[in-house]
Amino acid sequence: MKRQLPLMLVFLLGAFMIIQYFVPAQASLDAYEFILDWMIIIGIFAMALGIWSLMRVSWHKIKRRSHDWQYAALTLAGLFIMVLFGFEPIGGGLKSYLWLQFYEFVMVPVLATIFSLLAFFMASAAYRAFRARSLLAAVLLGSAMVLMFRVLPLGPLSDPINELAGWILVVPNLAAKRAILIGVGLGMVATSLKVILGIERSYLGRD
Amino acid sequence: MRKLALICVVMVLAFLPPPLLGEVDSALLQDSVTVDLPEPPAPPGNVTATDNPNDNGRAIRVTWELSADDTTGMKNVIGYRINRAEARDAADSLWTEASDILPSGTTEFIHSGDGEEDGPDYFAKNYDFYYRVHALTADTFSVSAVVGPVQAKDNWYNTGVTFVLLFVALFIILTVTFVRIARKGKELYIRPLAGIEAVDEAIGRATEMGKPTLYILGLGSAADIATIASFAILSRVAKKVAEYQTPLLVPCYEPFVMTVAQDTVRAAYMDAGRPDDYDEDSVYFVTSSQFAYVAGVMGTMIREKPATNFYLGMFHAESLLLAETGAMIGSIQIAGTDQIAQLPFFVVACDYTLIGEELYAASVYLSREPVLLGTIKAQDWAKAVVVGTILAGLLARLLVDLDFIKTVFEVSV
Repeated sequence: MKRQLPLMLVFLLGAFMIIQYFVPAQASLDAYEFILDWMIIIGIFAMALGIWSLMRVSWHKIKRRSHDWQYAALTLAGLFIMVLFGFEPIGGGLKSYLWLQFYEFVMVPVLATIFSLLAFFMASAAYRAFRARSLLAAVLLGSAMVLMFRVLPLGPLSDPINELAGWILVVPNLAAKRAILIGVGLGMVATSLKVILGIERSYLGRD
Repeated sequence: MRKLALICVVMVLAFLPPPLLGEVDSALLQDSVTVDLPEPPAPPGNVTATDNPNDNGRAIRVTWELSADDTTGMKNVIGYRINRAEARDAADSLWTEASDILPSGTTEFIHSGDGEEDGPDYFAKNYDFYYRVHALTADTFSVSAVVGPVQAKDNWYNTGVTFVLLFVALFIILTVTFVRIARKGKELYIRPLAGIEAVDEAIGRATEMGKPTLYILGLGSAADIATIASFAILSRVAKKVAEYQTPLLVPCYEPFVMTVAQDTVRAAYMDAGRPDDYDEDSVYFVTSSQFAYVAGVMGTMIREKPATNFYLGMFHAESLLLAETGAMIGSIQIAGTDQIAQLPFFVVACDYTLIGEELYAASVYLSREPVLLGTIKAQDWAKAVVVGTILAGLLARLLVDLDFIKTVFEVSV
């Protein structure tokens, strides 16, 4: 029964979602909205579980004095400080001076820094990718060079390079993208069917 | 005496009853209207109002033929406006504007609303409405004949997606057929995937090095198909990890995903016969902020130095940040996503990449269960049908150029 009930629920709700796609009537839309609302409600409860998990894992690291446990302590400190400052009766809420200071002058710059690392990582990844070790890698390198030259002011060469870059994007690139998209679409349908019909049940463990 | 007579005439005129004065005034006014106002344009013809198909009963489709003066001549029609009333012979004040001014040349308008009774856009279903169309010039207008009654009704089948329904039905038939064939014991061939064949080797390497295996489910929610496919792969990977007795780390971006992943890994450890080895702290929540999650996982990578990294699921800008960090610490990396924009990043930074649909097929490859192989075969045949249909449609358009070919495959949601 422990396995049958989830499988039954998955089948019923999955089948409903398929049917709902083909039925535009108000009752169908209402039921769809109802299910989406429940997803949000369950998501909120899951957030409590998530925070509990973060606290428990961090606390265990601190308690066991695991390798680099100080990071776990910092995580917990950050969590509690932001909650306290954001809590209206104690810290003054989300518009309080301290909460805004931490948010705007610590969290936002740190997140922006992580995002900006992408530029450096792109350069290092491109360096590895564009080594012409085989014919295909050479084709990749050539295509990439054309696309990069497209944005440079190269005088009389600009027009032909622009045309070539446009052709690369619209013909071979788009054809490959569409082929992948068709495969992805079919894969999605196949995976959904496997889960709905109970053929794929590995996420529940084996019987 | 003459003065007295004049005073009497003035007094008589002053005390004349209002209707008599009114008649005089309106006659004067009539003369001025006839002289000053421009002639109205020809009204829109053949107005129809029908229930808008394939919707939730909150819209009416109004069509008309262009006014004869549309964009021509002195009576240049510059636009149309739709009016609606609840009775055919409703007074002008009871007709409400159903549309803004629609540009000249327009012949169709879908008047729609919603079901919020107190809201400004409330549209009653199963209720009689009447419509008329105004043709507007810069100075004046003309009004079409009133059409109706018409009711907006709920539709229980969207005819615009019939082709999708047929294809889904075909796909279900193919899946059931191949699953039956597989159940009968016939061996089904599927091409090998390098990334999947490397899973055993990658986990074995982690075991030899005594380092953990890192599994990242991506940033998708538990409702995303890529994440669902990733759960299935996680189950197989966790089982192998349990058999090899290697530590597993699954940092999660979404709490919902974390709870499902915890159950999946716990079940895999039980299947492997090692339920006691399951560590509850191995599947944990980090944060739901994208780059904070990246920072957390990058920190874990740098500190724990996992020997094997799996990135399977839905990824966005964080794909390269994670994969490059993994490459820097020398991990074997296996990635897979259905996000086309992220595939190049994984291809350059990872050892193996599952492209698009391969992500969905990966769990089948790992399990090698005949029934699941049947679904992959069905997928291949469906792909053949799609390719065949594209080629047939292309040839038909090139050779005979029939419009019906276009309409047969048209899908409107």
